[in-house]
Amino acid sequence: MTNSAPTPLAHHFDNLDQQHRAATAGLWAFLATEVLLFGGMFAGYAVYRNWYGETWAAASHKLDLVMGTVNTAVLLVSSFTMALSVQAAEAGQRQKVLRYLATTIVLGAVFLAIKGSEYAHKIETKLLPGPHFHWDGVPADQGPAEIFFSYYFALTGTHAVHMVIGLLILIVLWIRIWRESRFVVNGQSVANMGLYWHFVDVIWVFLFPLLYLIDRSH
Amino acid sequence: MSRNYLNADYNVWSWLFTTDHKRVAILYLLSVTFYFFIGGAAAVLFRLELMTPQGDLVLPETYNRLFTLHGIVMIFFFLIPAVPSVLGNFLLPLMIGARDVAFPRLNLASWYVFTLGGLFTIAAILAGGVDTGWTFYTPYSSAYGNSNVILAAAGVFIVGFSSILTSLNFLVTIHTMRAPGLTWFRLPLFVWSNYATSIIVLLGTPVLTITLVLIALERLLKFPIFDPALGGDPLLFQHLFWFYSHPAVYIMVLPSMGVVSEIVTCFSRKQIFGYRVIAFASLAIAFLGFLVWGHHMFVSGQSLYAGFVFSFLSMLVAIPSAVKVFNWTATLYRGSVEWSTPMLYALGFIGLFTMGGLTGLILATLAVDVHVHDTYFVVAHFHYIMVGGAVMGYLGGIHFWWPKITGRMYPTSWGNFAAILIFVGFNLTFFPQFLLGYLGMPRRYHAYPPEWQVLNVMSSAGASILGIGYLLPLGYLLWSLRYGAAAGNNPWHATGLEWTTQSPPITHNFEQTPIVTSEPYDYQPADKPAPKKVVVELERTVT
Repeated sequence: MTNSAPTPLAHHFDNLDQQHRAATAGLWAFLATEVLLFGGMFAGYAVYRNWYGETWAAASHKLDLVMGTVNTAVLLVSSFTMALSVQAAEAGQRQKVLRYLATTIVLGAVFLAIKGSEYAHKIETKLLPGPHFHWDGVPADQGPAEIFFSYYFALTGTHAVHMVIGLLILIVLWIRIWRESRFVVNGQSVANMGLYWHFVDVIWVFLFPLLYLIDRSH
Repeated sequence: MSRNYLNADYNVWSWLFTTDHKRVAILYLLSVTFYFFIGGAAAVLFRLELMTPQGDLVLPETYNRLFTLHGIVMIFFFLIPAVPSVLGNFLLPLMIGARDVAFPRLNLASWYVFTLGGLFTIAAILAGGVDTGWTFYTPYSSAYGNSNVILAAAGVFIVGFSSILTSLNFLVTIHTMRAPGLTWFRLPLFVWSNYATSIIVLLGTPVLTITLVLIALERLLKFPIFDPALGGDPLLFQHLFWFYSHPAVYIMVLPSMGVVSEIVTCFSRKQIFGYRVIAFASLAIAFLGFLVWGHHMFVSGQSLYAGFVFSFLSMLVAIPSAVKVFNWTATLYRGSVEWSTPMLYALGFIGLFTMGGLTGLILATLAVDVHVHDTYFVVAHFHYIMVGGAVMGYLGGIHFWWPKITGRMYPTSWGNFAAILIFVGFNLTFFPQFLLGYLGMPRRYHAYPPEWQVLNVMSSAGASILGIGYLLPLGYLLWSLRYGAAAGNNPWHATGLEWTTQSPPITHNFEQTPIVTSEPYDYQPADKPAPKKVVVELERTVT
């Protein structure tokens, strides 16, 4: 935080270093809870994939590989721009922070838009689990295939909720930095936001192969 | 009365928008007390029903809703938050010499989240209740049960976030906000046990959260996640559920163990025996507690080999638990034991927790569990841990720190009487249930064969004594707020930073940040009254 004005010190901390360590520790602890949140679903995924491997591979092939790949790229680039904005915040470069954060927001929104169009397509082709689900493969596989799509929607849906929350916080952060007449970039909050955003990206890096890439060699 | 956190401001907004950890603790105290008596009222009704073998007081459906209500409210709205959110919130910053927890606004937010979760649960009750049991087993909860599963599950889902926020706060506070000189091995054991509890909450609760989401997806949108008709696995639900809900038992009892450590050493006037071992035992319980969930599923169709492993691991948890009991006992040995009200609760805890722990070993034994699974033996066992353990610890802590929290002393003769009454009433309620379970009476039934009536009447009679025992503190503690004698800063002559500040503490806890220069629990025997040295030296901070 070289060029920025000091972050206001809350009354219950002795100094900024203590406040900084507390915020960082809090965010890491929060990310640990997030790992377990997704972990609960990964556990169920592991069980069913083990039981219904072939059906799940066939179901996985119904997912749009191009859309999934493009989305992975979009998200990874957004992580890169997020990292740049953290770096810019540390260097106290307000304009750069605003520019990189805006790019991150746009990329995040693009990801959600592509995800949304994928969802719409799945619903059109009757691959949304529930009473209208229809499996055009082996009829006996209808149940396990439906479970695959349950996990697909549950996992990507939970991920998308995290994206939406991340975007909302990013927008609030962007407005706050934009409205500051004097540059008081809270480097801490940009850095913590960065941690969260990278975490959400890492989750997607797991989801993409687990859902889209099952046995694609055939 | 001098200025303190209670009279700093009087209007209601100063309470509803407070970020003072002590006021948040008071908000939680009011909330959990409310839920305790709601959960207790349900227990009164089904114990009345069980006075007679026939189902004559309530309908079978109503009975199912009553025990579900009792379980959900007592576990998620009383036992899990009670010690950390009330005593922990109040004491943790005081004990480590801090002005507040690390994230005071999150702390207040946790209470609002808790209240929101409570509103959903109350809505579920008012809408007719829920009948799945607190365990929400599928496919009953996801497909067949026609009670208010979603409302109740939403309440539990929401309240999980409040315990996560509290634990996150504690973890960070303990790591980053200890006073100068307060090294890890100078921390009070109450802080250690809350630290261990926070780790369990942070790693366990999210799994329950997502499991409840999956239930909601299955019930509302017909996603076949656990549905056996489509190839789903109900056992998977049980694994996920117990991955949280078994460690949750340690969430309930570990903080109370911390309370007992504080009380036993204070009223033995002796340094606690094996300080580090007790501290590490808390962490060991937190760790091992995550590896034993499968002992709830010995007869659920889980693999036999998994059963072996879970049975063995469950036995291991007994080791750190027993270490604590032995260390408390060794602390008592040749101590100058004082029969104060908190001490009666602590001693009650040690005895009842030991009973609960030993019967837990019986249940962890694979072959024996097949016989007593889902009987009253299990009900008695976990009530010895949760009520005999966790609630006794909570009440012991309330009586120990009441003078600090309110600045007032309660009438000790009433306090002692209530403690003994609760102990007697508890044993009369739950000991007969061990016998009933051993004889084969299944849990969760509204009617039973007539030969079990005597034991059931004993249990119900005990419950009425227990109920009076719980009402008494409500009466005399409220009385003490107005008429109790001023307690002074340190009525028990206890060590610990919380006793060095004013009672009730000022808003920022300490006039000066304390500097710790000595080991914890520097107690002197009663026959050598002159204290060697004041525990802390005070130094004015530069602000």
